[in-house]
Amino acid sequence: MVAKLTRAERQFALILLGLMALCGLVMAAGANDDLFALHGGLILAVAVGLSFLVISGLDAPEPPPERLAEYYDAPSRVAIVLTMGWALFGLAVGDWVAWMLAYPHLTVDAAWASFGRIRPMHTTGVIFGFGGNALIATSFHVVQRTCRTRLAGQFSPWFVLLGYNLFCLLAVSGYPLGITQSKEYAEPEWYVDLWLCVVWVTYLVLYLRTLAQRREPHIYVANWYYLAFIVVVAMLHIVNNIAMPVAWNHSRAYSAFAGVQDAMTQWWYGHNAVAFFLTAGFLGMMYYYLPVRAQRPIFSYRMSIISFWGITFMYMWAGSHHLHYTALPHWVQTLGMTFSLVLLVPSWGSAANALLTLNGAWHRVRDDATLRFMMVAAIFYGLTTFEGSFMAIRAVNSLSHYTDWTIGHVHAGALGWVAFISFGALYSLTPALWGRQRMHSAWAVEAHFWLALAGTLIYVFSMWNSGVIQGLMWRTYDSGGTLAYSFIDTVVAMHPYYIARAVGGALFLAGAGIGAWNVWMTIRSPDTVSQPAGGDRPLTILAGE
Amino acid sequence: MFGLHYRLEKHGMALLLGIIFVTSIGGLVDIAPLFTIDETVEDAPDMRLYTPLEVAGRNIYIREGCYACHSQMIRTLRDEVERYGPYSLAVESKYDHPMQWGSKRTGPDLARIGGKYSDEWQVAHLIDPRAVVPQSIMPSYRFLSTTGLRTDDLGLHLKALSRVGVPYTDEMVTNATADAIAQAGADGSDGLTTRYGEATQARLFDGDPGKVTEMDALIAYLQILGRLTNAAHANSPPPGE
Repeated sequence: MVAKLTRAERQFALILLGLMALCGLVMAAGANDDLFALHGGLILAVAVGLSFLVISGLDAPEPPPERLAEYYDAPSRVAIVLTMGWALFGLAVGDWVAWMLAYPHLTVDAAWASFGRIRPMHTTGVIFGFGGNALIATSFHVVQRTCRTRLAGQFSPWFVLLGYNLFCLLAVSGYPLGITQSKEYAEPEWYVDLWLCVVWVTYLVLYLRTLAQRREPHIYVANWYYLAFIVVVAMLHIVNNIAMPVAWNHSRAYSAFAGVQDAMTQWWYGHNAVAFFLTAGFLGMMYYYLPVRAQRPIFSYRMSIISFWGITFMYMWAGSHHLHYTALPHWVQTLGMTFSLVLLVPSWGSAANALLTLNGAWHRVRDDATLRFMMVAAIFYGLTTFEGSFMAIRAVNSLSHYTDWTIGHVHAGALGWVAFISFGALYSLTPALWGRQRMHSAWAVEAHFWLALAGTLIYVFSMWNSGVIQGLMWRTYDSGGTLAYSFIDTVVAMHPYYIARAVGGALFLAGAGIGAWNVWMTIRSPDTVSQPAGGDRPLTILAGE
Repeated sequence: MFGLHYRLEKHGMALLLGIIFVTSIGGLVDIAPLFTIDETVEDAPDMRLYTPLEVAGRNIYIREGCYACHSQMIRTLRDEVERYGPYSLAVESKYDHPMQWGSKRTGPDLARIGGKYSDEWQVAHLIDPRAVVPQSIMPSYRFLSTTGLRTDDLGLHLKALSRVGVPYTDEMVTNATADAIAQAGADGSDGLTTRYGEATQARLFDGDPGKVTEMDALIAYLQILGRLTNAAHANSPPPGE
């Protein structure tokens, strides 16, 4: 890692780490509350640890200048390892809390170990830890290949990757301690949010500069999606997290918005975190790895354009469908419902474009579990977006809202779409980045595929059942015209489905465990292949330039 | 149109500006009018403020992530109104920075939990939910009754809240710590009721005259939920009509 940097860049890294250590020290020493001090200490420890790493490589020889004529894949390699680590962590915590809902005593009697503190560790771990690192790894890889140029920075890719993981670490370590603003999917407190802003703007600048020095006249569709992902997530994150800290040295802050305006801002953020983090970014992934793996060109250029602008325009209106029948004004609810329905058109446009790309390559889908991961992802993408539009209809939402149906819907998307496309991409990317012929074990990819599929289906079906049952029980009247079931009756009715859900989650986790082993064995495998002459390299000079 | 796009996708910055423009429209139309249209939040002249102890309790509610299982938003549906009480109004959460409407009911809605159960029930339930409701799957929060409440920084909390628009006076900020301790004591104080209204509930919420605990604060908050204003009750006809 350090050996790839020039001496000047290593010194710059040390200066930044020194500033970071100072920042952590000030936070720890000047803190108004213990939690802020703990986080200061954590920042200090990370800075010191990374400094040791840099110092140990400080005197390594200068990297050869020829490296600038090659792709810069070291950050992606580290990101892949981090992706698998976060996947295991996030999925394991998720399965733990799933069992806790079935058997509430399956925890320790300590403040940090209650459902409310652990659940955001799961959501942040999988969405931002697993998903975010997969997006960084693949976006760095894809933008270089489709632009035929090296990343436009030697140091900034590391800053983005490690800075982002520091954000994830601060977020996930904060929840069990009790540092949260309890805004769903935006739980980290103000100082962690500020740090993410710095990292994210660096990511955007790096991406734009790489696009600017491309050796291809056109920007490929995968990059449109990655670009939309980066810039819109910045907008959402900044607006939704505007807050007034209690003091500069205090971990708590109060959101600038309150009540109904806060609710709309929060679900504008929440729904579009789904749209631009969990959809646009992963569509970028799909638009590159699926056609490459299938060895087929994208079915339709025009459908790509319509889908892209449809998704970017319409998703932004749809957040209010999370607030049907609430104190949010009726006109906003109707607007959200309407756009959610129309949104099905570009969503299915993307799903169809992916599946039609596979025409002529179905024998590969049959034989290659990696491509099958991506095919199933496209199907789940189509199913989930249909379900989402359906649930946004006010009358349907009156039943589904507040129930496990929402949880089932989210996991159809998060497991079936996001995780499947990520694993498909990782199984394509890992052998390529380490110069291996293929993954260490094709059998393990196959086993992972079937475990993941079985786990997802069990999860989603059990949550559909429990959600619909609970929704119906809440609104059931007896012949006397009074409510038939107390709330606790409906909790008891959920029990078998909660067990089934936790079993489904365990299968999915087991699959990911096999995947992590397989990735690790591929990395360690000695059988490197020599690069084909003139193959995977940037274009140095555009013809005719 | 596709010819235009053929040219657009050759320019990174143009693509970026296009994305920013296209994605800004929906958010602006959905959110901006909520700040300007007066009917969005109802008038409620009787709306009172959270006391410092209730603010501290609300912060514990936030810290524990209660929103993951409990909503605070009764929808305008017949079964919800009959189960939980009058549907929630926007004004009732106008001082909630951030709101805790929630998105999931693994447990019941809490928008009108205030006054529904006694303090003793709340204490027993938070210490061991299954001792009170045998089938409950809620975690135990027994540590709240042994953890002392931090009160010395409550003035800073009120100050920050006033900066984002909650009308706390300087007097309230200055007396925040004393008011919190008074509210969790047996007798309350005149200053507390002058500042926060006669309806302010001051008592030993956790039943223990010893120290002011996090249990005191959380229960003070739970007991005020849905009772900051009577606007919702005035709005809905009594059952049976």
